[in-house]
Amino acid sequence: MNRTAPASSFVSESAAFPFAITARGLVKHFGAVKALDGIDLDVPRGMIFAVLGPNGAGKTTLIRTLATLTKADAGIANLMGHDLATDPQGVRSEIALTGQFASLDEDLTGRDNLIMLARLWGFKGRAAKDRADELLAAFDLSDAAKKQVKSYSGGMRRRLDIAASLVVTPGVLFLDEPTTGLDPTARQGVWRMIRELAAAGVTILLTTQYLDEADQLAARIAVIDKGRKIAEGTSRELKAQIGSGYLHVAPANPLDLEKAAALLEQRLGNNVHRNAEGGQLSVIAASPHDANEALTALIDAGIELTDFSMGSPSLDEVFFALTGNADPDSTREAAQ
Amino acid sequence: MSEITANTIKVARPPQPSAFSNALVFGWRAILKFRHVPEQMFDLVMTPIMFTLLFTFVFGGALAGSPGGYLQFLLPGILVQTVVFNSVYSGMGLSTDLSKGLFERFRSLPIWSLAPFAGLMVGDVLRHFIAGLIILTIGLILGYRPEGGTVGVAGAFLLLFTIGFGVGWIFLVLGLLIRSPMTVMTFGFTLIMPLTFASNIMVRPETMPGWLEAFVVRNPVTHMATAIRGLMNGTATMPDVLLALAAPLVLTLVLSPVTLWLYRRGN
Repeated sequence: MNRTAPASSFVSESAAFPFAITARGLVKHFGAVKALDGIDLDVPRGMIFAVLGPNGAGKTTLIRTLATLTKADAGIANLMGHDLATDPQGVRSEIALTGQFASLDEDLTGRDNLIMLARLWGFKGRAAKDRADELLAAFDLSDAAKKQVKSYSGGMRRRLDIAASLVVTPGVLFLDEPTTGLDPTARQGVWRMIRELAAAGVTILLTTQYLDEADQLAARIAVIDKGRKIAEGTSRELKAQIGSGYLHVAPANPLDLEKAAALLEQRLGNNVHRNAEGGQLSVIAASPHDANEALTALIDAGIELTDFSMGSPSLDEVFFALTGNADPDSTREAAQ
Repeated sequence: MSEITANTIKVARPPQPSAFSNALVFGWRAILKFRHVPEQMFDLVMTPIMFTLLFTFVFGGALAGSPGGYLQFLLPGILVQTVVFNSVYSGMGLSTDLSKGLFERFRSLPIWSLAPFAGLMVGDVLRHFIAGLIILTIGLILGYRPEGGTVGVAGAFLLLFTIGFGVGWIFLVLGLLIRSPMTVMTFGFTLIMPLTFASNIMVRPETMPGWLEAFVVRNPVTHMATAIRGLMNGTATMPDVLLALAAPLVLTLVLSPVTLWLYRRGN
């Protein structure tokens, strides 16, 4: 697991200000919906910081607000020493954003996309082309450099999109669900890339629906739901609240569900979460030993199981553990 | 992807480029698009050819006694119509860019806010120029003679670009408001068809019913067609040209701040 990478000196020099991002009380309404309902954030320089939450929690709105794309209705924020409200152009000079949907010109080639951005950042003539080629090589896209982006695969697009965010070294890189929709290999590639960026000193704020992604990458995780931050801490701190291991059991006979739930609750001392689909129970187990004992108790009670497993909690279970109630009207995708 | 090292990421920042340099980059993008999107070229070339030939030969005999005589009247008007129609494509392009998230990146860059639009305008002027040349060439082949000579034609083309620039703002605003390129096109043509047909581009207003004539003589498109016709025939007066410029000027003054506001407001 990659933990905090120390901020290296080239990103920004104003060491007097230790945070890359600070935000207080950010509020954003869309009609009657409160997408952000008073978010506070402190992201130290050089850190990978994950914002974890289900669809519609306000993750994208948070990133769009911090990246100057949408104006907050209330609250203040400062990015790399620039005030979001009064100096958006200063903020823009320090940030890069890779959104959920590739922000690339589909009609142009990968290389022309990067040349365009390099020129917009002030590279001239040959220097812009060299910078584009350098990035293409680094992101394994040299072979596709002269193909139109519309012919790229999902993984290639994501790589080009991230490369496009690195034409100049950003102080803060925003990645909105960087691995959603990618196959496992491409996902690993993006994770490796993110770690390398952080190792080079770039502060990264990423959003994800996947607990394991936040766990793998981020030094700190903020869990948000309905525009509010409901927990924040290191992966270890959150796990202390959530439980590092979840025991999942599926009784063979649905009639045994309640009996099994009562037994698990009694043995493990934690609330039992009945999965929305039914048929499966999940409960925090403090240790594999406790889990083992609980399973034995079920078997001794004559409850037959079709399946059991020990695993990290799904996003549903994180919310269950943090809020104490599963949200019935959410359409969240459980993390694997 | 093992080569992404601090050296690739770490790069000396070039000095902040000028607003003009930003605009040039977007102009360059517009020109690249011509190469990469041949369909656009087909529309651009075929539409003016079709209109010129159809109107000349279908209506010419009835309206002016002969296709040749009608062409002398029609051709400058067709130039105006084509430029106005072409502006719709700019709005469609913008709407496409917005629906794909490309403008999110542009908006998060520390660049001159109007630069992306300046680029679209460069593309427009290029389109107007190509379409104008095609129409003029067909006209010359069919026997159209611009009495205003080279100077008159050059003046007419300059005025055409100005008209295209002014009218272009309408479709940039529509492109920013409507997130589906097809809707921009449908809506755009619904707006434009009556404006171009109920003008003096194809038929002299004196032949129309009084109420329609009253509209036509006040239609800005009529003033545009009159000025272009005058410039190409060598008979344009200063008031003709100024009247033609009024609408583009007002559109630019009113709609450029609206465009900027829509672009910046986020959502």
